[in-house]
Amino acid sequence: MTTTTATVPTVHPSAPRVPLVELRDIRVAFGGVHAVEDVTVDLHAGEVVGVVGGNGAGKSTLIRTLSGAHPADSGQILINGEPVEIHNPRDAKALGIETIYQTLALADNIDAAGNVFLGRELLSRFGSLDDAAMESATRKVMGRLNPRFRNFKTAVKSLSGGQRQSVAIARAIHFNARILIMDEPTAALGPAETVQVRELVAQLKAEGLGIFLISHDIHDVFDLADRISVMLQGRLVGTVNKADVTKDEVLGMIIMGKKPGEVTAKDIATLHG
Amino acid sequence: MTEASGVLPDASREPPRSLRSLLFSLEIDTRLLGMIGALAVIWIFFNVISGGSFLTPRNLWNLSVQSASIAIMATAMVLIIVSRNIDLSVGSLLGFLGYTMAMVQAEWIPKTLGLGFDQPYTWIITLLVGVVLGALLGGFQGVLVAYARIPSFIVTLGGLLVWRGLIFRYAQGQTIAPLDVNFRLLGGGPGASLGEVASWVVGLIACLGIIYTLIAGRRRRRRYGFPVRVMWAEVLLGVLGCLAVLVAVWVANSYPWPEALARDYAEAQGIAWPAGGLFIPTGIAIPVLLMLGVGLVMAYVASRRRFGRYVYAIGGNPDAAELGGINVRRTITMTFVLMGVMCAISAAIQTARLNAAVTGLGTTNELDVISAAVIGGTSFAGGIGTIPGAILGAVVMQSLRSGMLLLNVDSPTQDIVVGAVLVAAVGFDSYVRRKAGG
Repeated sequence: MTTTTATVPTVHPSAPRVPLVELRDIRVAFGGVHAVEDVTVDLHAGEVVGVVGGNGAGKSTLIRTLSGAHPADSGQILINGEPVEIHNPRDAKALGIETIYQTLALADNIDAAGNVFLGRELLSRFGSLDDAAMESATRKVMGRLNPRFRNFKTAVKSLSGGQRQSVAIARAIHFNARILIMDEPTAALGPAETVQVRELVAQLKAEGLGIFLISHDIHDVFDLADRISVMLQGRLVGTVNKADVTKDEVLGMIIMGKKPGEVTAKDIATLHG
Repeated sequence: MTEASGVLPDASREPPRSLRSLLFSLEIDTRLLGMIGALAVIWIFFNVISGGSFLTPRNLWNLSVQSASIAIMATAMVLIIVSRNIDLSVGSLLGFLGYTMAMVQAEWIPKTLGLGFDQPYTWIITLLVGVVLGALLGGFQGVLVAYARIPSFIVTLGGLLVWRGLIFRYAQGQTIAPLDVNFRLLGGGPGASLGEVASWVVGLIACLGIIYTLIAGRRRRRRYGFPVRVMWAEVLLGVLGCLAVLVAVWVANSYPWPEALARDYAEAQGIAWPAGGLFIPTGIAIPVLLMLGVGLVMAYVASRRRFGRYVYAIGGNPDAAELGGINVRRTITMTFVLMGVMCAISAAIQTARLNAAVTGLGTTNELDVISAAVIGGTSFAGGIGTIPGAILGAVVMQSLRSGMLLLNVDSPTQDIVVGAVLVAAVGFDSYVRRKAGG
């Protein structure tokens, strides 16, 4: 009898861990303009990967292929090494991928619970909306995010920027996401709220989630990220371990597209103007 | 008072604290309350000017019947406008469906199929054909809007011309009459009403419904430990709701059958004609019952079903709806399907009332329906509007028309007044909304 070793799912201790997410050779074009060209990035469980780049670098477009908001023209997405098809936001959510969009993507005329459960409403008998159950669950998750939040009955339009952000975050974490995408999570926040979001990211990371943190500002992500993928004009400049680089070196990648070793003292002087 | 010091300029403009806290405790939609207030003002105004002939059972009963068909269509128009679309074709679609239903019952079933007139099943087959056709034609327009991405204004403007054109092409100016004897009941009229006992039964069922809704809602919130209304507010709401229902039934029952009809009835039943005349209560008219049923179902769909939630989400933020995983296109298409169904029901009411289908049936109804929805608080910016508001809006519109008719105001002046009221109402509404910070 021959042993079918190929089917035994043992991983050799020295073999590289299979990433939680791998975006492979992703390509997106808008009417002939290549927004993303052959970009490959990956993300492990319990890891924060910063995706940075200037305006129009293609970082949001890249990550929207993972959230299902805009499917890739070509390339592959793998979750735990398995190829998956993501055609729309529903597919992504079914795979445990949750996204906090820069615009927050809230329906302004609906209350917090309605937004948290938008598209995934809880139903009572006879298929009616179970608003009380949704409010109860929302109160619980908001209690963890923003204990002072009280406006459960008002449309989110009348909430402050920070409160709206909490609603968007609540929606992303309530459904036990494995993979979290945060697009410019602190762009619209005050200092105190920014600290809150940072604490939350650290906490979720400790719980084993993989987190993509997207920003145009290296200062936003440098402290939180384990690795940083830099994009420029639709292409990946490179991915670096944060421990191995300085902010200036990453800045050089963002602006000049140069790998850390290629950045000269003169370049750094130019960066600092 | 501290008026002399002039330090309280704002306080005097605000409603009294007690009224405010009362409304707060009741948790009533203040907009809806404002509309009921406006309606009361209109009714009292016309009653005073006409020397007391507006607030009579007869006039109010007629008002309810005349409002029914517009109100029914307005319930679906709300959902269309809330999801940032518009339907200009409803008047023409109503005409086309009314004409088709008239053909079914007056030509195809009795003559083409040779089954004869006034069969017991004729009315239901006719209505089913109308509703299915309405759903298909509405759905067709919806597909053009949602999937072909043609703006709804254009699609339904085309529909307005096409459906009307089809009527003229096939009717050749002919009026189809008379209609099926059972089908005619859908149009109302004293003979096509519930009568005294059934009206009271409907009223009592409505009261039980109100009480059950209040209790069930309170229980549900209790179970999750949420704050609930104060008990007295809950009781007051229940009492006011039931009172309103019972007064409405009482008014409908206070309207007697006209003498000619009563005489026929007495003769048929072999009753001697009493000296003081025979008082037979009319009760709730069948189209009004239809309107109440449609209103209830649509209010439930809009506020308690996923579909309704999605319609409002799309109106509030179409991108958010899409990213939330909502099938936006299917939802938009469904709003137009519902609109088509409501057009069919209203077409049945209007043709049954006329006992005929005429080529001009439903002309300019689209304007009345859109006006009703908008006066009822539906916002063209999307995301805002309620079913009860739209029904009230239809009643407000009809009250203006019927009041002016009572005062012998000519038709052009009626149009001027209704047009001005429409613009003023929307202007006032958006002013209040801006002030409220919405």
